[in-house]
Amino acid sequence: MAPSTDLDIVNVTKRFGSHAAVDDVTFSVAPGEFFSILGPSGCGKTTLMRMIAGFEHPSSGDIRIRGKSMIGVPANRRPVNMVFQSLALFPMMSVGENVAYGLTCRGVNRADAEERANRVLERVGLKGFGERRVTALSGGQRQRVAIARCLVLEPTLVLLDEPLGALDLKLREHMKIELKQLQGTFNTTFAYITHDQSEALVMSDRIAVMNQGRFEQVGSPRELYHNPTTPFVASFVGETNRWQGETVGETAGTTSVRLPSGAVLQGRGTASQPTALAFVRPEAIALAQGEVGLGGLPNRFEGRVSAVLFDGANSSLLITTPGFEEPIRAVLPQAGPLAGIEVGAPVHLGWAADAMKVFAA
Amino acid sequence: MKSAQRLTLYLLLAPAILWLGLLIVLPHVEILILSFSERVAPRVYAYGAGNYLEFFTEPLYWRTFARTAIMSIFVTAITLVLAFPIALYIARVAQGRTKAMLLLLCLLPFWVSELVRTLGWMMLLRETGVVSYLLRAMGLADQPVELLYNDGAVILGLVYGGLLFMIVPLANALESLEPSVVEAGFDLGGSRWTVLRRIVIPHAMPGIVAGSIIVFMLTVGNFATPVLLGGKNGLWFTEQIYAQFITRFNWPQGAAFGMLLLLLSSIIVWAGLRLTRQSLGTTLRQA
Repeated sequence: MAPSTDLDIVNVTKRFGSHAAVDDVTFSVAPGEFFSILGPSGCGKTTLMRMIAGFEHPSSGDIRIRGKSMIGVPANRRPVNMVFQSLALFPMMSVGENVAYGLTCRGVNRADAEERANRVLERVGLKGFGERRVTALSGGQRQRVAIARCLVLEPTLVLLDEPLGALDLKLREHMKIELKQLQGTFNTTFAYITHDQSEALVMSDRIAVMNQGRFEQVGSPRELYHNPTTPFVASFVGETNRWQGETVGETAGTTSVRLPSGAVLQGRGTASQPTALAFVRPEAIALAQGEVGLGGLPNRFEGRVSAVLFDGANSSLLITTPGFEEPIRAVLPQAGPLAGIEVGAPVHLGWAADAMKVFAA
Repeated sequence: MKSAQRLTLYLLLAPAILWLGLLIVLPHVEILILSFSERVAPRVYAYGAGNYLEFFTEPLYWRTFARTAIMSIFVTAITLVLAFPIALYIARVAQGRTKAMLLLLCLLPFWVSELVRTLGWMMLLRETGVVSYLLRAMGLADQPVELLYNDGAVILGLVYGGLLFMIVPLANALESLEPSVVEAGFDLGGSRWTVLRRIVIPHAMPGIVAGSIIVFMLTVGNFATPVLLGGKNGLWFTEQIYAQFITRFNWPQGAAFGMLLLLLSSIIVWAGLRLTRQSLGTTLRQA
């Protein structure tokens, strides 16, 4: 019977001196899944990935690939291949030799290796590039060579260590889609690490949010975005407004939070402690010219536009609102009476209790 | 304005041109001319290739020549094999202070002159020397052992003298190898040997060639080490040149030998570059 997971990380801890870079992490990746580990730099995600690849060894815990423990198995014997942040193409070899390298290491003869390399190059859209020097390729082409070099070996798992970091914005957007498609056509399990939440949200089937060596939450991009379970996830994934206040009451699933200014907000969540953190997404904030437009929303305020941050579809407004220390961020309406709103204009804003997540601070 | 700039350029280049012209090109032209003059009678000279013919007809000369060439290649190869792991360690394992210390340790012997260094080896290796004494003290030999005046001693001295000039360009070349490229080599299934052969050595090739050229040139042209450590058995070609110029006072013959040695090292360096498919430009940059 084939194991139902490609990768199992069981209670893995990695200590450097007294500091735990990876602290008791457990997760599984299913075959064919695109799994991302998202976290700020220094959160331990690179260490975790290097342990899976075999360049670092866990202080405790187990790493299993298709059910087989990888403890004590050197990097060159693991059915795992890595796309490095710097890509790490071999500059002394041609594109074809780079791709065929892994095959020749396995003892595949030169002619076969070359043929298989050419076939993979064709699938990643680099047909006829075999003889080129890797230094003569563009950023996106180098990226594809790095991936082809792994995929030709048909590994159980491909590890990707922020491979899009070095690309310019336009190409990065393009490669996000391309990577996802490549993963689909080769039907290989991908484990991707990044600090860029947009990369993780766009490509992943599931994302683990990592902070200070621990997993904060594992879930689909939508789950993480709409139902964060920790304040860190709520603030790290996506744009959000964040306020700190005091829990003043909890009735019928609605938690009331009083801000230092005295304003009281209604939200959802359990706040077991007196201090609470409240989060509201900019797109959850309703705007209207008059108070009537906000209907029966429990949280209603009046403010003045202090800045219009125009960025196409991602445009937002900063609204200075009495009672809040920092301007509230809301999405700039692209149609309707508020579409042409200018700095200084008065505006009414409000949000539903469901849109506000409350956590114990 | 333009002519002023040109004048500045010439003035700036003048020291280099004078240096090259007066100290390198001119003496070599002189030696080349000298090498083609034959003594037909006392104080009477005529042009001819007799000095070169003498080289090919007298077995001692061309045998010494061939011996010098082969042993120099051998010394270069040994130096490379010894220097590679040291350079690898300095470039990739040692960090910060240790790295500086190790390079300093390699450099230290060169603070004293070559002659003194070679005499140091003689003290170690001679019949009444340190090694001989230790061998006897440990009971491994029952009478004094003469370790000097053989090919082994000559090779030892030459390798010792060349090591630094191999380590520095090698360490330079290895230092520029990205750690993730080596990791990728392992990650894709390469064994240590495969990674060394297909990634580390090709990357270090300019350094290998640069170091080998320097060591080969220093070895071929060395005089003190083969004479002192090899004694009468040294039979190094520079000794023949010395003998012609100083002992036999046959300057034209010595000049011909000098030109032959120059030709030899040029040909071997050229062949080495061709064999490793390196260009002189990249190699010089590495050195």
